Amino acid sequence: MRASKYAAAILTATLCPVLMFGGTVSGKVTYTGTPVKPKPIDMSKEPSCAKQHNPPVTTETVVTGQGNTLENVVVYISAGADDANAPTQTVSFEQKGCQYLPHVLAMHTNQDLKVLNDDQTSHNIHPLAKVNREWNKSQPPGAPPIDAKFDQPEFISVKCNIHPWMHGWFAVLKTNHYSISKENGAFSLPDLKPGKYTITAWHEDYGTQTQEVTITGNETKSVDFAFKAKAY
Amino acid sequence: MNTLKAAQFRVVFVHVVLAALCTVRVVAQDAPDVGPHPHQPLKPMESHIGHVTGHAKDAKTDYRRYCAGCHGDQGDGNGENAVWLDPKPRDFTIATFKCRSTPTGTLPTDQDLFNTIGRGVTNSNMPIWNTFTDHQRANLVAYIKTFSPRWEKEKAGDPINIPAEPPVTIESISHGKALFTKLECWKCHGPEGKGDGPSAATLTDSKDQPIRPYNFASGGDDARFKCGSTNQDVYRIFMTGVDGTPMPSFADTIQPNDAWDLVHFLRTLQVHRHSKENDVLKAAGGTIPPYVDKAAPSIQPASGAAGGGN
Repeated sequence: MRASKYAAAILTATLCPVLMFGGTVSGKVTYTGTPVKPKPIDMSKEPSCAKQHNPPVTTETVVTGQGNTLENVVVYISAGADDANAPTQTVSFEQKGCQYLPHVLAMHTNQDLKVLNDDQTSHNIHPLAKVNREWNKSQPPGAPPIDAKFDQPEFISVKCNIHPWMHGWFAVLKTNHYSISKENGAFSLPDLKPGKYTITAWHEDYGTQTQEVTITGNETKSVDFAFKAKAY
Repeated sequence: MNTLKAAQFRVVFVHVVLAALCTVRVVAQDAPDVGPHPHQPLKPMESHIGHVTGHAKDAKTDYRRYCAGCHGDQGDGNGENAVWLDPKPRDFTIATFKCRSTPTGTLPTDQDLFNTIGRGVTNSNMPIWNTFTDHQRANLVAYIKTFSPRWEKEKAGDPINIPAEPPVTIESISHGKALFTKLECWKCHGPEGKGDGPSAATLTDSKDQPIRPYNFASGGDDARFKCGSTNQDVYRIFMTGVDGTPMPSFADTIQPNDAWDLVHFLRTLQVHRHSKENDVLKAAGGTIPPYVDKAAPSIQPASGAAGGGN
């Protein structure tokens, strides 16, 4: 046991400099044009959830910030990075107040996923996978977390059929180099070894864009994405 | 004379066109080994149902004659009749099946597909194909499996275990009703099981087509569910879920005895159907008493509300 701990410590010590002093790709995601305004969600059919939101929450298909920034865009390395194994930590997808937290959850293929229900109502978790297997499980209040994983890269739409306004996404990726844009549109992909990379940005309504970037050393390259907003 | 000539010409013309069409038809039928995927040979898929082995290659004629009209030559559910049908014919290319004995997200067994062909799918246009021999059906099962590569990569799931059914009592019906409330079956199926719950109108299947929850109150003694008609079939449906539809699996959240209680209650929603459950309910005076949870610590007295659960 002790030996393996030391081995792990030495391994971390030798790897860390490589990871810490790699290049970084960072930037901002914005939109052009006029996006659809978020609509208030009517949860009156589920009073236990409705009372948690005052004022009512709004739809999350397109979430924007000041300065035409775009939130919830998955920016990831789609080519160039080494194939990495799934991290050992588990990612969580929470159902709270009849909403998905987070709205977009990114994970590695075969990474452990836990789906939790914090609500006083039953939900059914229905990932409408097309490449992976589609499944659909009920999760009543107080039920244990549902464990799952997906073995193929795919952007999977997730629904609760009982509460039709509940809609989220699983971004299952072949890489650990991903970042989801914040309200200010910012994203950052650190720890990149020198090399040529393809950076892909995916938005659930506006589609995907890609850009090529070359990292030569310990540098930060700025890459911005601008999506054309859909009028409806 | 002119009109006669014109008429003769028309007759000849029609004959020529018909002959041409027939030729095309014959050629199409004689086309060598055109599998589900054009220009690719048919996969040598097999199915095993009991002692019967089905071969995809032997189902080609039957599939084209009886299945392709709705399910399509490519098995994608886009046959020429599909536009007229609701619900839409199954798309075999995604290999997601409603009626399985296996857990949600897994492939069905050959037996499951065999059963579906023989049983038909109630409330849909899929008829009961009881005219086929067992061999024909087994061959068709093998043929269906040629449409998706999943069948080469994945094994069917392990069938869920269905323990012996406990006796029907008014208590089991009462507990089943409490579960119907607690698990929120009524949100879609409605408080009386008529398929009119608050979420019913919003439901769509996995292809974004509107879909109706099952109405338990419809039908009499011949009432059938989508995936069978026995109590075991009902038990199986909510343990496996109905993949491709909003109906989830309850396998992770419900204990076998509870599941049987729910089955007993669901039978009482079939108000026009004679059943042992309805007999027990009638003998108990016709109303379902509120469920009292004997196992739970009595912190507060059980509320009088029927189906209060916890």
